[in-house]
Amino acid sequence: MAGVNSVEALEQLIKEKSSTRSADRKYISVCGGTGCLAGGGNAVIEALTEELKGRDIDIDIVRTGCHGFCERGPLVVVHPEGVFYNRVKPKDVPDILDKTVKEGEILKRLLYRDEAKSEFEKEKDVPFYKHQTRVVFEMNGHIDPEKIEDYISMGGYKALAKVFKGISPDEVVDMIIKSGLRGRGGGGFPTGVKWKSTRKATGSPKYVLCNADEGDPGAFMDRSIMEGNPHSVIEGMIIGAWAIGSSEGYIYIRNEYPLAVQRIKKALEQARELGILGKNIFGTGFDFDIKINRGGGAFICGESTALMMSIEGKVGRPRPKYIHTAESGLWDKPTNLNNVETWANIPHIIAKGVEWFTSIGTGDVSENPWGGSKGTKIFSLVGKVNNTGLVEVPMGITLRDIIYKIGGGIKNSKKGRTFKAIQTGGPSGGCIPEKFLDEGVDFDGLTKLGSMMGSGGMIVMDDMTCMVEVARYFVDFLKDESCGKCTPCREGLRQMSEILNRIVKGKGKEGDVDTLYELGRVMEDSALCALGQTAAYPVLSTVKYFREEYDQHIREGYCAGKQCTELIRYAIDPEKCTGCSICAKKCPTKAISGELKKTYTIDQDTCVRCGVCFDVCNFNAVMIPSGSEIKEKLGE
Amino acid sequence: MDVAKLDSIIDSYGGDETAILAVLQDIQAEFNYLPKEAMKRVAEKIGVPFSRVSALATFFASFSLEPRGKHIVTVCMGTACHVRGAPRVLEEIERELKIKNGENTPDMAFTIETVNCVGACALGPLVIVDGNYHGNLTTSEVTSMIDQYREA
Repeated sequence: MAGVNSVEALEQLIKEKSSTRSADRKYISVCGGTGCLAGGGNAVIEALTEELKGRDIDIDIVRTGCHGFCERGPLVVVHPEGVFYNRVKPKDVPDILDKTVKEGEILKRLLYRDEAKSEFEKEKDVPFYKHQTRVVFEMNGHIDPEKIEDYISMGGYKALAKVFKGISPDEVVDMIIKSGLRGRGGGGFPTGVKWKSTRKATGSPKYVLCNADEGDPGAFMDRSIMEGNPHSVIEGMIIGAWAIGSSEGYIYIRNEYPLAVQRIKKALEQARELGILGKNIFGTGFDFDIKINRGGGAFICGESTALMMSIEGKVGRPRPKYIHTAESGLWDKPTNLNNVETWANIPHIIAKGVEWFTSIGTGDVSENPWGGSKGTKIFSLVGKVNNTGLVEVPMGITLRDIIYKIGGGIKNSKKGRTFKAIQTGGPSGGCIPEKFLDEGVDFDGLTKLGSMMGSGGMIVMDDMTCMVEVARYFVDFLKDESCGKCTPCREGLRQMSEILNRIVKGKGKEGDVDTLYELGRVMEDSALCALGQTAAYPVLSTVKYFREEYDQHIREGYCAGKQCTELIRYAIDPEKCTGCSICAKKCPTKAISGELKKTYTIDQDTCVRCGVCFDVCNFNAVMIPSGSEIKEKLGE
Repeated sequence: MDVAKLDSIIDSYGGDETAILAVLQDIQAEFNYLPKEAMKRVAEKIGVPFSRVSALATFFASFSLEPRGKHIVTVCMGTACHVRGAPRVLEEIERELKIKNGENTPDMAFTIETVNCVGACALGPLVIVDGNYHGNLTTSEVTSMIDQYREA
């Protein structure tokens, strides 16, 4: 697209492009997010483009970023009506064009049905979307992330024009402080306060960084923002650089996100062509450009100082922060680091105003930016829940609304599965039990419950999840990811891991839980960075809310979640087995034998306890005894 | 080793020492792993000690210092995949290929690796083979997934 050389020209361009986007514009939006592509989205897009050629239909095909409802991909939405089709296959394409687009006929077979078999025609009525408040994700699903004009046509770069037109850097900083925006990457530090420190710091050049090293397992909102709307991040960064007085920016992206790297790269090129990145932008004397750095698969590089070390081309190990990175960060210069979602919020606050932003969320931030949690937060709702995907909700919504209204409840509830816990905040977060489901979700609320917001991962766990095993998983994860620089983290995690691995094998000892507690306390007080300081939280929160599970493992060799393979057996209930033989066919080690229509049995010596038989049995005939139940059921 | 190719990768970053990580990533993408000779060449051309290159190559999990198989089977071990049965899927892949995580099959056709989350959490458990995502995998689907990549 041709460049512009003044704010007025940019405003004119926004006006022109916006006029091309009327409410009755006809287009088919196909999700091109990683989730839908994995489900065969590319083939659907190709089929649509191909099939459209031979038809006299005037409609655009837009390959968008992630729509969020990954569980149901590939997703296709027919606009302007907003007809929502899920799990679309290439063979459905002719019908979509000939029947839905041409005749307005709804294809019932492609509609979303919830667990109660209710059908939903429109995207906005699907419960997964209905209860969300989409701000950062507003454009995902409508724009082609590889086209800057699509972003502009929906009001993109309007905030930037507003800033260049006459909002001084100090005023921008002040707006962000007043908005109460807090860091979406996990820390929850007020963004405006951070900007102010970096603005005031002496030293040149100043850097603005975007932390796109989304390492928390179970969280992928940053990936979807970059893949679905890369320009929103870039616009936020340019505004931030203007406010802070920075001329150089970096986006540090995980190399595990190849599509995000590619989309950001393309978006940067387009922004340069347009003239909003580069030297002396619009003749204001303001220079700013952004470079991309790819991470190397180290969780610790999401930590601010480790990330900066890595950009410098060094091994990513954190340093103590007696001096804040706002004063001495990248190459010892004043540096401001915010996460992807934080940056993507900036254009909205500038364009729609502080009052609009503070009308969403909890608390009062008019006097104190720590006084509440404003705006929306994107959570990745995953695990044992029916509707998995990315959900954007106002701060303060209850956990119950997220899990049941948006998430559609616990997966396989018909087979008797029930809610046990929800894990939030990444590996250093905590597991929250049922009794707190009516608590509101915001920065301070989650901390009060012994967990944290983190970057927004929400992993739902059912009754067949062992909480000791969950704690072991996180501790082993952090043990592997500890950079090894400070002793409390390096050695503390190792000791914790040894103890937890012993407990899940049924070899725990009395006093183990106390030792875990003590180790956790020492690490909290003495580790160098947040990774070590919070590493014990998954253990501490599971001990706090699920202590009985630890005691059962240690004292009775009993695993309530039926996950710890050394403490369980699989056995077939002769009263329920119909002799259908499916378990025997699926057993990878041929441990199941029997005759058709008679009871099958499992040979315990050959069984590797993989659980396939339990999953495939349609008659609930596979039992999982543990502890004293083994003797009762198997006579071992 | 194709030295000309190697040099062109190193030169494409203009000898910038802050770009060592990117150079190593590109080398691994080209050669499938980081040959020691290539790392030495990087140190020499950029003008840093070999220890500096080696420190980066061993610190970051995504690098392999050993040759890897033709098809790389990456099993996601992120939390969402974990609670939906990723460990069982990994075990099944290990049984199917008769090697352990981190090993190559004797014919160098396959390598098993794990990763701590690829951000496709709604599809867990998830396995990536040569960049193709296989989501919502069950242990009983492992054999047919691997078969797609076996030589006919």
